[in-house]
Amino acid sequence: MSTTLPFASTETHPNYLNVDYGWRSWLFTTDHKRIALLYLFSITAFFFVGGGFAVGMRLNLLTPEGLFSHDTYNKLFTMHGIIMVFFFLVPSIPATLGNFLVPLMIGARDLAFPRINLLSWYIYIVGGIIALTAVVEGGVDTGWTFYAPFSSTYSNTHVILAALGVFVSGFSSILTGLNFIVTIHKMRAPGMTWGRLPLFTWGHYATSLIQVLGTPVIAITMVLLLLERVLHAGLFDPTVGGDPVLFQHLFWFYSHPAVYIMILPGMAVISEIVTCFSRKAIFGYTFVAISSIAIAVLGFMVWGHHLFVAGQSMYASMAFSFLSFLVAVPSAIKVFNWTATMYKGSVSYETPMLYAFGFIGLFTIGGLTGLFLATMAIDVHVTDTYFVIAHFHYVMVGGMVMAYLGGIHFWFPKITGRLYPEGWAKFAALVVFVGFNLTFFPQFVLGYQGMPRRYAHYPPEFQALNVMSTAGASILAVGYLIPMIYLTWAWRHGPRSPQNPWNAKGLEWEQSPTPPPTYNFEHPPVVTEPAYNYSGHEKEVDIAG
Amino acid sequence: MNHQVVSVRVYAAVFCALLALTITTVVVSKLELGEFNFIAAMTIAVIKGTLVVMFFMDVRRATSMTKLFVGAGLFWLAILLVFLLSDYLSRGWHPSLRWL
Amino acid sequence: MPDSEIMLPSHEPELQHHFDDSAQQLESSTLGMWVFLVTEIMFFGGMFGGYSVYRNMYPEAFASTSHFMNVTIGAINTGVLIFSSFTMVLAVRSAQLGQKKALIAFLVLTLILGCVFLGLKYVEYHEKWVDHHIPGPGFHYADPRYFHQAQILFFLYFAMTGMHAIHMIVGAGLLTTLIVMAARNRFTATWYTPVEMIGLYWHFVDIVWIFLFPLLYLIGHTR
Repeated sequence: MSTTLPFASTETHPNYLNVDYGWRSWLFTTDHKRIALLYLFSITAFFFVGGGFAVGMRLNLLTPEGLFSHDTYNKLFTMHGIIMVFFFLVPSIPATLGNFLVPLMIGARDLAFPRINLLSWYIYIVGGIIALTAVVEGGVDTGWTFYAPFSSTYSNTHVILAALGVFVSGFSSILTGLNFIVTIHKMRAPGMTWGRLPLFTWGHYATSLIQVLGTPVIAITMVLLLLERVLHAGLFDPTVGGDPVLFQHLFWFYSHPAVYIMILPGMAVISEIVTCFSRKAIFGYTFVAISSIAIAVLGFMVWGHHLFVAGQSMYASMAFSFLSFLVAVPSAIKVFNWTATMYKGSVSYETPMLYAFGFIGLFTIGGLTGLFLATMAIDVHVTDTYFVIAHFHYVMVGGMVMAYLGGIHFWFPKITGRLYPEGWAKFAALVVFVGFNLTFFPQFVLGYQGMPRRYAHYPPEFQALNVMSTAGASILAVGYLIPMIYLTWAWRHGPRSPQNPWNAKGLEWEQSPTPPPTYNFEHPPVVTEPAYNYSGHEKEVDIAG
Repeated sequence: MNHQVVSVRVYAAVFCALLALTITTVVVSKLELGEFNFIAAMTIAVIKGTLVVMFFMDVRRATSMTKLFVGAGLFWLAILLVFLLSDYLSRGWHPSLRWL
Repeated sequence: MPDSEIMLPSHEPELQHHFDDSAQQLESSTLGMWVFLVTEIMFFGGMFGGYSVYRNMYPEAFASTSHFMNVTIGAINTGVLIFSSFTMVLAVRSAQLGQKKALIAFLVLTLILGCVFLGLKYVEYHEKWVDHHIPGPGFHYADPRYFHQAQILFFLYFAMTGMHAIHMIVGAGLLTTLIVMAARNRFTATWYTPVEMIGLYWHFVDIVWIFLFPLLYLIGHTR
């Protein structure tokens, strides 16, 4: 049964999807939109692999004595972390939505270096295959943080393969960042000044700065780890004069900014959704734009808060603690400005906006708990407990993944030329929200009560909350599966989308056909108005379906 | 780049300066100057590096954006080295330094 | 309007479709190369960081190992690389002037100098191998007080100079590609971007060595 809307054409025009068929036209494409889809499918696959490990973990944690051996459990949380961080979260929004939308949003025909874009996907796949080989060969048990000297000397699992996979995937991230930086600097359409850029683009620019400046350091850290594992020179081995804390410094120099690589694109998506579904320009455009850059810069100066109990000097710890408080400020500014945008706006509750609400609330909780962790006096008690785990899952899953889902729904019509079923989508968003909170809120309590992380077994008094958490996880899993089903269905059978179903502002909606042709625009766009130029009077088109 | 071609003489002068500085740094390193050996060697290296960046890589005539990126790269390297070393160098500080 | 009818700027042979004009393309390539070099600064920076930490931690062991650094080869190699940067910049200049023969000559000279550097590096590494100073199961150090610390310091020496050498080898490959392209008349006075970009890369690798040389070879003798 197909729904024909009066303003949608039933015949589709030539666009980037139907311009060419066959596997070669996909695997050798240089079109940023096709590359975005290549990434979308691979990243989704990795998400479910990483999710599978989480399922194993939560099943194990149903009972105090657990299901698996300690060694197996160690491998489960390690592989969950490695896959989720390096092969899902870091590339997710930039490589999919960023790749697809940045050229469209600035009025360009493609990214600055289309072949490098394709290369970055190839590199991602190679890195992913290497990491999956580590999994299949028996896994790694060092934690995704690869702390030495366990990883460099004592672990007898496939550290080399895993580290190599991480090393290789880093170059994919670097090339994506490089491409975005040059594109945003050099390929904006006439009239698209920095002050008119959509905040999605500002967010991706800031993210790209971090990718380019931070990733090389984890690359060299993995190289040193690999060499040390082979040669046993003692670089990180304290029994022979090496310093394990040096490993932690080098590791976290990247891995802390990495969390901003993960969250800034999510924030970028939220800015687009909140303005569209409040029918209002963003409150404080300049502050939101600059806050992305501020997060990128300050984010490089706080990594020592991961080393508070590692033996780092008290004075360095104090400096890092203070800077960690500071880095919360720009994030808070964004939350205030999104809220102010909604105030006296004409708010509607389509699925993307539901995810945006979820993001704002859950990211705020996660961010505030980050302040507790930045406070040394509290951190010494809750570090390496479930409090930390709850904190980062609130920002990463309650924040980032919700933003990702919101963005996918928001731009689904643009990407596919179809509409997704709004009823199912709203339902899934609700399931995700409920499942998420049931999974992770108990973990704050568990951590506060002292349950350590990365333990396969736990004292019986923690069981009730663990069972609650596992129950939540099963609900969350269902919440993630539902969109997989209806989005796949809608891509093939959903009603065709009009040009601009949300009546949104932005070059990608207003001046590029839905879906876009290969070179994005029929006529080179010229920009004459500021971003988010909503008058507040247009009602968005009703696309109930 | 797409502006005036630099004369060979300028490049040759920079080349000679770089060689001279190399010889200088080797000679200075043989002298007993204590802590100053390190400072002298690093200063000469910075001067040599600057000559290569400014003249051979033509940053001298490049756009402000290029200069900004070069500066940013060096700034970030400084963040890494300074913050990293600040941990190790402050570990031995006297605990009664509470005014810090 | 079908894809095929969308107006693309009519272009000169080397202008790619997604750029509006050659100036935009050149500026993009240049910015892209500089961003890449910034990533290389951070890549080597991590090793410089580790090296600083251990030097600070083990000053006596460091003074001890510095006697085994071959200052002569190091100094000659520094001169070789500086000379190669000079020839590289002359190559770019020849390209700017459309002088194909000079371009090829200077590129070949740069390549030869790069190979001289790598050859001398090999001699140095061989020396270290003979002395059993390569970290790993075969490592041996004369002064037993500093056995472990020396192994760590030599590990960093090999990591840093080895990573540098790998970059030189890649550079040699890139130079070879440029020579072949130049021989096939790919470059004109209006388009020689790859020569310029690889020139930037080559100079960067030179600068890394400009810092490696004093840090690894010159400091620490006088303790």
